[in-house]
Amino acid sequence: MKIASPRSLLALASACAFIATGVQAQEITGAGASFPAPLYAKWASDYNKQTGVKVNYQSVGSGGGIKQIDSKTVDFGATDMPLTDDVLKTKGQMQFPTVIGGVVPILNVAGIAPGQLKLTGPLLADIFLGKVSRWNDPAIKAINPGVNLPDTAIAQVRRADGSGTTFIFTNYLSKVSPDWKAKVGEGTAVNWPVGAGGKGNEGVAAFVARLPNSLGYVEYSYVKQNKLNYALVQNAAGNFVKPEDDTFKAAAAGADWAKSFYQILTNQPGKDSWPLSGATFILMHNIQDKPANGSETLKFFNWAYANGEKAASDLDYVPMPAAAVTAIHKAWGEIKDASGKTISYK
Amino acid sequence: MNQATSPKRALSGPLADQVFGWLAKSAALLTMGLLAAILLSLTISAWPAIHKYGLSFLTSTVWDPVQEDFGGLVMIYGTVATSLIALLIAVPVSFGIALFLTELSPAWLKRPLGTAIELLAAVPSIVYGMWGLLVFGPVLATYVQIPLQSAFDGVPYLGAFVSGPPVGIGILSAGIILAIMIIPFISAVMRDVFEVTPPLLKESAYGLGATTWEVVSRVVLPYTKTGVIGGIMLGLGRAIGETMAVTFVIGNFNQLDSLSLFQAANSITSALANEFAEAGEGLHQAALMYLGLVLFFITFVILSLSKVLLAQLRKGEGTKT
Repeated sequence: MKIASPRSLLALASACAFIATGVQAQEITGAGASFPAPLYAKWASDYNKQTGVKVNYQSVGSGGGIKQIDSKTVDFGATDMPLTDDVLKTKGQMQFPTVIGGVVPILNVAGIAPGQLKLTGPLLADIFLGKVSRWNDPAIKAINPGVNLPDTAIAQVRRADGSGTTFIFTNYLSKVSPDWKAKVGEGTAVNWPVGAGGKGNEGVAAFVARLPNSLGYVEYSYVKQNKLNYALVQNAAGNFVKPEDDTFKAAAAGADWAKSFYQILTNQPGKDSWPLSGATFILMHNIQDKPANGSETLKFFNWAYANGEKAASDLDYVPMPAAAVTAIHKAWGEIKDASGKTISYK
Repeated sequence: MNQATSPKRALSGPLADQVFGWLAKSAALLTMGLLAAILLSLTISAWPAIHKYGLSFLTSTVWDPVQEDFGGLVMIYGTVATSLIALLIAVPVSFGIALFLTELSPAWLKRPLGTAIELLAAVPSIVYGMWGLLVFGPVLATYVQIPLQSAFDGVPYLGAFVSGPPVGIGILSAGIILAIMIIPFISAVMRDVFEVTPPLLKESAYGLGATTWEVVSRVVLPYTKTGVIGGIMLGLGRAIGETMAVTFVIGNFNQLDSLSLFQAANSITSALANEFAEAGEGLHQAALMYLGLVLFFITFVILSLSKVLLAQLRKGEGTKT
């Protein structure tokens, strides 16, 4: 942005024109979560081709996104960890989910094929607490009859950097294991009792690939694109499910989006729900200081819900179910300009 | 500094001189100002943590972002331990390299060897990190850690030093990677300062029948000690501040439950790089800032110590004639 290119001069000129006529903005900015960043970038470039509106998204992490929207330096913030309705109320902000992702346990054990190993939530918690430390532990054997489990130590691998992936993982473990909740808890970064930390999904995947008898967790899209060896996890209904688009959609369908967007999709009911799912969220102010920018932001996401599904699926994100999109459209009615007029997204 | 040679120059001279002097002065002042500003903003951002923990932050090993309880000993230990290991390896090796290049190497080998070492300094640190994680770590685990563990099995103390899962990441890997990264810096400086030793002094010593080692230890080293220590400090500074390479191989483990060299640990810079982006407003961020302040302080102490060391050495020299 430091170089005054002819294009930015043009933008400046057109901005001046808009001040004069009061039409919409041509450039909106957002910042936050890195997990949906590839998708937002793809949406932004497609949207730019169709409408000429430029969407700048800075992938600075959820914490950074929250900070930037609080200080109003961006038109929208993005976070993997939803804010509670109370927090939103005090901040005068609203949030809505854009896409669903999930976390998948990956492993590297000779003789175990992808999808062959079954795990339960409490078992995952015990493994990452160090209580279950060997692959042939009776607790693992009991739910995996016929799987050749070696008599070796489990090398636990987890994220070293703060991340939404870790939040979904630890949130799930806190829900299913009282012991985990008491000793470790949930968050984007936690005090891990055991295990080596890799930086980013690629760091965890590299550790798991390199360490024999290791168990780690990464984002679903990363598993799919790199064909990693994953495990099935038992969901709240008691079924062992496979991580795939349908099980993520099932998890999202189970949530009551009309009531609140504060939905953490871990351990959702439903016979097909993947238990380690989570949506990623956009944060906006309820009162828009710059109504033109607010309107453009909503138009962009409205376009994305209508036309962005293919891009999302191509990049292995799961689009929101129709019921959720309806609820989102309704919630947008709460976004107003300083005079109390609802901002249009049409 | 009387450089006025022609009347024309003399006319434009004073103003240009003034402007240049003013620019140079403001550049120097800007650096000082930046240093003060960084220190000030670090302290302000770290204040919630300083206020809450005080100096006990330096001795606590708890790092729990969920319960909002923070202590920096794990990272401080990791930074100090990896840098010390790096120095222990890099200083003798660099000394050998510099010695070989200036005193022993045949003339045709000097240039390619010197260039090769300087090229090592140009490798980006993330490349060292990836290489350490994917290539060096497994080698270290298979050929060093596992044999050491079986050799020291049951031996008190020594056994504890090599315990831990054989994954090849941890304090020792980080230290060795850092050593490889700082060798070019230290050896390049050492070579340059060894070369400026006046041949007259060296030839006199050789003429008195001194061996190469005696010439180096009695003539070259005393003559160049300021430069040598400066080079070592330059390397140490890089080792302490290195982030990417360390974060790949150190394991990023915030517990201090064993002193094993193969134990996954964490360093100050690695913790900052990993946690800052997602750290929420409040104590977590303040604690990270506090860690940054501690790093600042460690660097300051090391610089001061090197000055004291130099002063001590100078005292032992006697008076110059």
